[in-house]
Amino acid sequence: MSDSEKAVFDSVRSALKAKGEKTPYPEYDTADLIARPRLESGGLWQSFSKNISAVNGKAMRSIDELVSFLLEKKCRFGHCSLEWDSTIGEAIRAAGMRTSTEFDRERFEDYEFGITSGSGAVAETGTIVLTDAETSDRLAALSPWIHIAVITEDQLVESLGDAIGRFDENNYIVWATGPSKTADVEGILIEGVHGPGEQICLCLPNR
Amino acid sequence: MKGQPIDRFSSELAADTRTAVIASASSTTEKRSHILNSDYPDPNRLRKLAAQIKQHTLDHLDTYLEQAVSKMRENGVKVHFASDGDAARETVLSILKEKGARKIVKSKSMASEEIHLNEFLEKNGLECLESDLGEFIVQLDGDVPSHIVRPIIHKNRREIANTFEREGLGEYNDDPEVITRRARAFFRSRYMESDAGITGGNFISAESGRVALVTNEGNARFSMAPNRLHIALIGIEKVIPRDRDFSVFLNLLARSATAQQLTVYTQFISGPRVDSQPSGPDEMHVVLMDNGRSDTLGSNCSEILRCIRCGACQNVCPVYRQASGHAYRATYGGPVGAVLSPLLAGDAFPQYSDLPRASSLCGACREVCPVDIPIPDLLVKLRAKGKVEGIPTPGSPSMGGFARGATSPGLWRAGLRAANVMNSLPASWIPAPALRSWLDQRTLPTWKGGEFRRWMKERRKA
Repeated sequence: MSDSEKAVFDSVRSALKAKGEKTPYPEYDTADLIARPRLESGGLWQSFSKNISAVNGKAMRSIDELVSFLLEKKCRFGHCSLEWDSTIGEAIRAAGMRTSTEFDRERFEDYEFGITSGSGAVAETGTIVLTDAETSDRLAALSPWIHIAVITEDQLVESLGDAIGRFDENNYIVWATGPSKTADVEGILIEGVHGPGEQICLCLPNR
Repeated sequence: MKGQPIDRFSSELAADTRTAVIASASSTTEKRSHILNSDYPDPNRLRKLAAQIKQHTLDHLDTYLEQAVSKMRENGVKVHFASDGDAARETVLSILKEKGARKIVKSKSMASEEIHLNEFLEKNGLECLESDLGEFIVQLDGDVPSHIVRPIIHKNRREIANTFEREGLGEYNDDPEVITRRARAFFRSRYMESDAGITGGNFISAESGRVALVTNEGNARFSMAPNRLHIALIGIEKVIPRDRDFSVFLNLLARSATAQQLTVYTQFISGPRVDSQPSGPDEMHVVLMDNGRSDTLGSNCSEILRCIRCGACQNVCPVYRQASGHAYRATYGGPVGAVLSPLLAGDAFPQYSDLPRASSLCGACREVCPVDIPIPDLLVKLRAKGKVEGIPTPGSPSMGGFARGATSPGLWRAGLRAANVMNSLPASWIPAPALRSWLDQRTLPTWKGGEFRRWMKERRKA
């Protein structure tokens, strides 16, 4: 233990010595933390779609829908790397766009979209879960204007508490809830600051 | 000087700045209340729960800190301790030097504001860029943030457009969208060329050693993707017991700070990247900073350490709204600052001892606080501390005469009756200057000194 570590612990302990009664850890149920009015009766996907739309993200159910969106945005080139699915990349290339499976840092400004594997989604908040293990490259999910996280139905959970319950050995987990945003200038909401200006979740049937 | 030091800042504040601060603070207050009440049947229960978890953690801080540190080390994180600001600055500098890092991107962190880390690193020849849009503008202007969550609440778009033009970020354009796009364009290559990212941390789970970090802009994500070194500077009070507690605090933090259900990006970081991940830091350092926190823990105001830095108390505070954040002359403004700044100041307490008096004790801050900090009670305790330590209180009315009267029953009774004479005097004749200035905008009700006592006496006889 370094001197500075010892010094900090000593001074915390001496501060606590004088304290009388200590507050107990409260018993609580994480289910009570769910914002119930945000959940729809139609099921998790319906709730997720509503909540991601509310933060200006997009929920998609089909590859066709994604391809037409990318064409509408006049995309020509992007990153697409999913170990478990080749159909998305094929559909995009068939529509005349180019894709790369390795994210080339030297030409990071050329990527108009990034398609990476998501690790889950949260219905209550419209949140997409990304982990280092599933994300082909942190930069591919962050630097292009459009990011598409691809998940499967069984990865959708109801609440933030459930998502925490699924935490695994991953060193790096990101919850993304809609596009990057700021309201620093006069409180006016602007999307696409440092992260993606379009955040999309494509949900496919189970692998 | 008329009034307290904070009154001077308030009277010198430009009218349009005041208007901007009031508009932004009050609209956030309304939206906060709306989202909490529409999402939860009883948001107060959530606040009390969060308060109890935090207080429990503080009461056992040595245990939880120990757990968190051993977990982090197990996860491959290099953990450092710093007793004060100097030590924290030197620790960060030595990590950067050892790794040969010269270009640093930094995401918003109140802990780093507290120790003026940017200036220090720049003085040592390193480039340290603030990447949060508001903090970036603050840095360009050589200014300091005036709000915990909205650092440039005091600036309007015209001032920002002028700054961007002056700094060569494009010709004058005050459209917030253009300003944001220009900042985006400016930063992208800076991120890619950076050697290290410095961040703060919102919570550390003692159970897993995970550090939770939230941003809306994505700057913290970008400051730990292209480079190989991540340093997180975090106050020792940021520990929470278990992973499940994250959901209590994250739900409350976003709603209280910006009326969002959840901040756009929440990162849970528990170590450097794994081999299969091409981007991200090879090394993660966490610098745990005391800097007055353990002294605060030992004081009678330890509840203030529950604070999760949401800024809700600033938004709701009538004094903050009139005076803006710079009036508090320290890193933390508003009600939380009025408590925290004098405490963290240590021996420099007298320099900030006026802040706890700059409050009407209306209690709005406590009502909105997501961790139910009894801020008004703490303000009163700090006023008492100032009094006991005999620190002069310029600008405050002297209460000595009142104290003498109030502690001597005979004098009190006589005073009550004698004050009846005020009913027939013009307000400008009232002998107490503070009362006179209060009466500038108000009328005094008819004084009925001694009547209650007379009534009681009659009642007893009957």
